[in-house]
Amino acid sequence: MDSFLPLVDENLRSALWFRPEMALTFGTLILFVLDVVFRRSAARVALLSAAALAVLAAAAGLLAIQPPDAQSLFNGMLANDAFAIFFKWLFLAAGALTVVIAAQGRDFPPERIGQFFALLMAIVLGMFMMASATDLLMVYLSLELVSMVSYVLAGFRKGDRKAAEGSLKYVIYGGVASGVMLFGMSYLYGLTGTTSLHAVGAQLQGIQAGSAVSVAATRIALVVSIVFVTAGVGYKVAAVPWHMWCPDVYEGAPTPFTAFLSVGPKAAGFALAIRIFNTALAGPASPATGFAVALAGIPWPAVIGVVSAVTMTLGNFTALGQTNLKRLLAYSSIAHAGYTLMGLSTVSDRGVQAVMIYMLVYLVMNVGAFLVVILVAEATGSESILDYRGLSRRHPVAAVAFAIFLFSLTGLPPFAGFAGKWYLFYAVFERIDGPGGGWYAWLALIGALNTAVSLYYYVRVVRAMFIDAPYTADAPAIRARPGYQLLLGGFSLAILVFGIWWTPMIRWTQASLQLFRG
Amino acid sequence: MFLNPGNVLSWATFFPLAGAAAIVVLLAVRYVANLPKKLVDDGARLIALLASGLSLVAAVAAWRMYDPTDTGVQLTHHFVWIRSFNIEYFVGTDGLSISMVLLSGLISFVATIASMPWWSGAKAAEMAGMVEHDHGHGDDAHHPKHFSVRMVPGYMVMLLLLQTGMMGTFVALDMFLFYVFWEVMLLPMYFLIGVWGGPRKEYAAIKFFLYTLAGSVLMLLAIIGIYYNSAPAMLADGTLSSGHTFNIIELGRQAAKGQFLNAAPILGIAFTKLAFVALFIGFAIKIPMFPFHTWLPDAHVEAPTPISVILAGVLLKMGIYGILRFNYPILPDATAWAAHAMAVFGVINIVYAAFVCLGQKDLKKLIAYSSVSHMGFSLLGMAAMTPAGISGAVLNLFTHGIISPMLFLIVGVIYDRAHHREIEKFGGLASELPEYTAIMGLAFFASLGLPGLAGFIAEFMVFTGAFPVFTGYTIISATAVIITAAYYLWAIHRMFLGKLNPVYKGYPDLNWRERISLYPLAAIAIVLGFYPQAILGVINRSLHLIIQNIRPL
Repeated sequence: MDSFLPLVDENLRSALWFRPEMALTFGTLILFVLDVVFRRSAARVALLSAAALAVLAAAAGLLAIQPPDAQSLFNGMLANDAFAIFFKWLFLAAGALTVVIAAQGRDFPPERIGQFFALLMAIVLGMFMMASATDLLMVYLSLELVSMVSYVLAGFRKGDRKAAEGSLKYVIYGGVASGVMLFGMSYLYGLTGTTSLHAVGAQLQGIQAGSAVSVAATRIALVVSIVFVTAGVGYKVAAVPWHMWCPDVYEGAPTPFTAFLSVGPKAAGFALAIRIFNTALAGPASPATGFAVALAGIPWPAVIGVVSAVTMTLGNFTALGQTNLKRLLAYSSIAHAGYTLMGLSTVSDRGVQAVMIYMLVYLVMNVGAFLVVILVAEATGSESILDYRGLSRRHPVAAVAFAIFLFSLTGLPPFAGFAGKWYLFYAVFERIDGPGGGWYAWLALIGALNTAVSLYYYVRVVRAMFIDAPYTADAPAIRARPGYQLLLGGFSLAILVFGIWWTPMIRWTQASLQLFRG
Repeated sequence: MFLNPGNVLSWATFFPLAGAAAIVVLLAVRYVANLPKKLVDDGARLIALLASGLSLVAAVAAWRMYDPTDTGVQLTHHFVWIRSFNIEYFVGTDGLSISMVLLSGLISFVATIASMPWWSGAKAAEMAGMVEHDHGHGDDAHHPKHFSVRMVPGYMVMLLLLQTGMMGTFVALDMFLFYVFWEVMLLPMYFLIGVWGGPRKEYAAIKFFLYTLAGSVLMLLAIIGIYYNSAPAMLADGTLSSGHTFNIIELGRQAAKGQFLNAAPILGIAFTKLAFVALFIGFAIKIPMFPFHTWLPDAHVEAPTPISVILAGVLLKMGIYGILRFNYPILPDATAWAAHAMAVFGVINIVYAAFVCLGQKDLKKLIAYSSVSHMGFSLLGMAAMTPAGISGAVLNLFTHGIISPMLFLIVGVIYDRAHHREIEKFGGLASELPEYTAIMGLAFFASLGLPGLAGFIAEFMVFTGAFPVFTGYTIISATAVIITAAYYLWAIHRMFLGKLNPVYKGYPDLNWRERISLYPLAAIAIVLGFYPQAILGVINRSLHLIIQNIRPL
């Protein structure tokens, strides 16, 4: 009994900081019940979306009022640090926006929207844990939770061939990636004898300090395990070569969920990647330079750098030829994963901050872009770029907002996307001076030239909207829901304001930089 | 007074932006109150004229306030903008920028006037397609509507945004702010060419956009690098910046002390050289310098007349301006290293583009290439690093900024009437359009460097300045002036002299809109021909200060 009590105590103590997650868990269950309760209600969609928003609001409230002084929860399974909390806010925002958009749209039949909301809460829960997982077990469990529910939602449109194809590809790729990741983790555990991320880091430091023989002996096993773990997170953020599922899933999934997928799980993947790479595979940043060193002499930052360069280049060049807007945005999201990986490859606080800012900005501009896709698809039934021709005349507000989102995605000032790009490039630049940092100069150059490439396909859409005549001569004006217009206006305004006035973003991310390291 | 030295440049920059915002509000009101289209169009035009006019007033006021005897930056407006990166809102002017501010304000206003369908005269308006017919409201392929009556509010918003970007680029003294304004110009320009342009507008617009963006991302990397290697400096509120600075003036001071020579080399190449090349390519695309010039003829040919006016009159000046603002003071050693190459490229621009002009059939394309040729003079003059050379280079920016808008307006006049620009198809226009022929003659002669007109002084100064340093190149370039004379005179010969092609019988001569936009420029071209001191007196001291720090290798 004696040995058991501290465990109970620890769990009871930790529960205080786990209340947002508990709210999401109960919310998921309650939504399933409400789905049945409101089965015949006329205001079903409104009631269920209100309930979903209430669940998110409850989680947000509990997140806001939780006491600040706990770092490690459940015996080191989860960390409740400022870094995790930043991403949790991001996920709540992504979830709430998805609920608001899905509730207004026609992508989900009313009789099934309750299921969607319930499953969405489950994904948010999984992402919460991804952001705070500090143990290999939790890493795997949270990743799987998000993946499993995503597989279901990717195939949500019954009888749709594209949805079936996307969902199946997602399952197969996801299964392989998570299996490979698990295998890599088992190596890490074998080498270090622990599953705790920061203990792994400490063990690796010990190996590094040990004899040359032991370093050489563990080196290959370490490289294999790191590459395998990278495959797991690379799949989640859709980095090349683990990106193949992305366009098909994005195209086949209901568009509000695609929007969510492109910002929520991607951000969660980056949170997880930062957690693994910066706490287990790198030491703390040196106070003098702000840079950390990759442990055990494994050049994983360079590997990530190569993955980043390949990802953005391949994403951008493939996007050039796309004619379906959802696929175009899918390849664009692959390219953006590539840009964001630049921040990860710097292994510095600045790089982490850059990733956070980028994900924050990306949330707004990408959800905005998908919202226009939803709006146009509702009016024309098509996602083809041809049906965007003449949009500036058919719905000027949507066209102008879409142009703002696309230029922000390109990274042009004075839009917020530029702030994100600026931070990433600056983080890379800081590393050029360091020892062996020459390759960062190439990375920066490739990133910069990719920006010019990406302009071409984003502008293709802008051109269709503003320059080309409508596909059919007498295309009527599009009537969009007021809620959509309000959201579009809000997103555009946010992008302009934060493109000119970054200070709040910088302050918030700066304050959220602290990563739990045991 | 409303405009004071502390805010006059900000007003000059943001009056157009305020105008654009006002037009957006007008559109919102139209949406709510269902105003008639004509009222909204005319309202947008009035707002644009007013905003652009106020910006010109502020620019002239700044020019009057500027004290040419004081060589420091003046009329500054300075506060901290994004503290974590030491980014400031810092505008101000020295002799170099004040001339460009004046030019930008003037040309913007002229372009705005040229964007109006008003004061055209019934016949000219009918021929240009400015008149709205009741039957058949859409554009059709045979009689496209004139750009000045298509989607007017959108056009005016873009025009005003472009003006803010241009003015801001010339007054920004913070590298970051400069970059933001530089990029802000891209979008409106893309739309202005792409939406309101000619038959191949899509191609021309995207080509312009891609070329410029490719250059500016390189520029961005150079800017980050310069910032990263700079030393701390005082911010506007008196606190010391944390680490680095974007302040261009301060960067120049640090560079004079050799700050950037100590920077670690990147991939084995000296930082200053790498930064110089990256910045230079970004600016060279805008000049446009051979071999990056191919976007310009396309953009000019497709752009509507006022946009060509702005493109030639202001945007092309930004390349040279940027090099003088960044490369010269911040990277003086690399500048000395690259001077010879700049001179060579200048000569290529002058000679190559002049020969290309000879072969042009399209009048607008001919004038576009003549711009490429003329920008070569500036490159040659500034590469020489002599007082006369650099003053001539900047004077050339100003005079070309006056003359080439005239040339494009002149093309616009005949295009509005004839709907083509084929030099060969005209003939004997002098007898039908005497006033037009006179103003065209003045502009052509000013451009080919006839003594007594503005262009001559600038070219002459460039040649005298460059001769002692690059004797051979100067002789080659001066010879090319003969080719310039040849293509202009030949064009006059084919278009205006000889027997009148009967197709053009009864064409109306200049209307009032064209007069208001052309005559002031013509007057300036004549006045500067006799009294270049009006500009030289303002720019000389600042320019000589810039080249003082550059030690020729």
